[in-house]
Amino acid sequence: MRSGVFFEKYSEEMALRPYPLQRMRLGLFALAVVIFPFIASPYWLSLANQVAIATVGALGLNLLVGYTGQISLGQGAFLAIGAYGSGLLTLRMDLPFWLSIPIAGLITAAAGLIIGLPSLRLKGLYLAIATLAAQQIVEWVITHWTWLTGGTEALVIPSPKLFGFRLDRDFNFYWFGVATAALAALFVANLMRSRVGRSFVAIRDQDIAAGALGVNVFRTKLVAFATSSFLVGITGALIAHYRTIITWERFTLDTSITYLAMIIVGGLGTINGSFFGATLIVLLPALINSVGQSLQTTVPAAARILPFVQQGAFGLIIILFLVLEPEGLAKLWRNIKDQFKVWPFSY
Amino acid sequence: MDTFIQLTLSGLSNGMVYALVAVGFVVVFKASDVINFAQGEFLMFGAYLCFAFIAQFGLPWSLSVVLAVAGCAGLGLLVERLVLRPLIGEPVISMIMATIGLSSVMKALVNGIWGPRPRAFPSFLPEGNIEIGGAVLGLDRVLVVVVAGLLLFVLQWFFKTTREGIAMRAIADDNQAALSMGISIRRVLAVAWALAAVTAALGGMMLANMVGVGQEVSHVGLRVFPVVILGGLDSIPGAIVGGAIIGLLEQYTGGYIGHGLNMIVPFLVLILVLMIRPYGLFGKRIIERV
Repeated sequence: MRSGVFFEKYSEEMALRPYPLQRMRLGLFALAVVIFPFIASPYWLSLANQVAIATVGALGLNLLVGYTGQISLGQGAFLAIGAYGSGLLTLRMDLPFWLSIPIAGLITAAAGLIIGLPSLRLKGLYLAIATLAAQQIVEWVITHWTWLTGGTEALVIPSPKLFGFRLDRDFNFYWFGVATAALAALFVANLMRSRVGRSFVAIRDQDIAAGALGVNVFRTKLVAFATSSFLVGITGALIAHYRTIITWERFTLDTSITYLAMIIVGGLGTINGSFFGATLIVLLPALINSVGQSLQTTVPAAARILPFVQQGAFGLIIILFLVLEPEGLAKLWRNIKDQFKVWPFSY
Repeated sequence: MDTFIQLTLSGLSNGMVYALVAVGFVVVFKASDVINFAQGEFLMFGAYLCFAFIAQFGLPWSLSVVLAVAGCAGLGLLVERLVLRPLIGEPVISMIMATIGLSSVMKALVNGIWGPRPRAFPSFLPEGNIEIGGAVLGLDRVLVVVVAGLLLFVLQWFFKTTREGIAMRAIADDNQAALSMGISIRRVLAVAWALAAVTAALGGMMLANMVGVGQEVSHVGLRVFPVVILGGLDSIPGAIVGGAIIGLLEQYTGGYIGHGLNMIVPFLVLILVLMIRPYGLFGKRIIERV
């Protein structure tokens, strides 16, 4: 049992994971991630890819909503800009996808600066409604700017290639997706330890006090919007290259809500929460689906009501978490760890 | 000129439907500073309940309307008790997500019970048209305007003079001061949600009369945001004026410009209003801002 914190060097104090136990857990997790694709079925592998992609998006959204406290219902719009940006760059300009993804991220960051402009005057509910309007406007632009985006038609892009490997199979894409998610998590973890990250949190907690302490509130908010949109744009690009087909239906308000659900369920302003939330929200319909399939022989009506059960469960899980555990899965995970740490005492 | 009159008339009648829906937002916001993202689903639920009573149980329409309104009011009370009350004092994002989660659950319920396909609504409003200055307007739309106007008038009276209405405004103004004056926040919030659900039920039935019952009814919930922002989130006259302006704007852009621009113009107006005058035309000037 750990009885105290004894740092002897500054480097130890600065480490992202200072305790051996933390490093061990991370090592075990990394090992599981590496072994997983060799034992998983293609179905589970595709789910894992979706989780990896959603984790990047949830991290981006969490940066904005969880850490900076700026509510955004425009996640779908940012994803769309990233997806169409990267897709069109590879399709029309023949850029390799490893180059087009970061460029798409930058394009989305620029769009984030524009969509974030109302945040300079608005907060809370009003900002949420402004981003909702931005979402509707971007959706409209994408479905009506036909010569660029193909309008409501699906946009088919070539499957991505990296070091001579085609990433069209789930197994190959997995490594790329997981690496991106890990990089994104590392980026956010380090960002939140920096001066910029601390000022994000200061603005969330009390914007006026943050301003009084010398944080440039306007600039920091725009930085938050741009950084968050960068990550979300990359997510959109990943979705585009993973599916190799882009349709606007993938980036509606429902998508924004799904990502918000991930960070609520996972835990606002936490990194592992973004991962937990993405995992749960991606797996939830799949789990319900498999339960429904197995019930189908005994209850024939199960297949008919399955989509509604999925929809209802999605809403219910949001409400249950908000009412019972507003800090989400990240808090539950912390409770479990604490339980072990102080065992056999109750606290 | 005929097109102009036609567009104006349908714009105004659409606007009154919007106003009817917007009032549901306003009532809840006035009492609790919560925006109900599930308002559209309340509309849908009211419409489907009425549909069920008329078409599936074969009740007369007058009784069905009363039952559907009562059912919706009950649902409003239930929602307030189970979802919103535990969240009093939580941050805005929790409130928003709670009502969004609610909308998902309600959609699933409605789909599970009545199926996802839109149905024809057993129309009970009078059919036929009237002519105003060479333009044709359906009688059902005229009736919608009348009912909406009446309802808005009643609500305005409710907030201005009744005990409950004044208590609601007091709570919106200052929770603690209202509490120390002996106002029960729980009771008032329950009344507000029931009231919002009732207006939603009425709006939903009117809408279903015009477009049939289906998922489309719930989409109106989102389209009404520009109306409430333009009019002011806490103003009933604002809902009427905002509804009329947005309804007209949609019809004019749809009729004269086209390209589906009418879908997006309200949202452009919304952003413009938020940037210039976030409290809207008639809202209280005190809003959360940076």
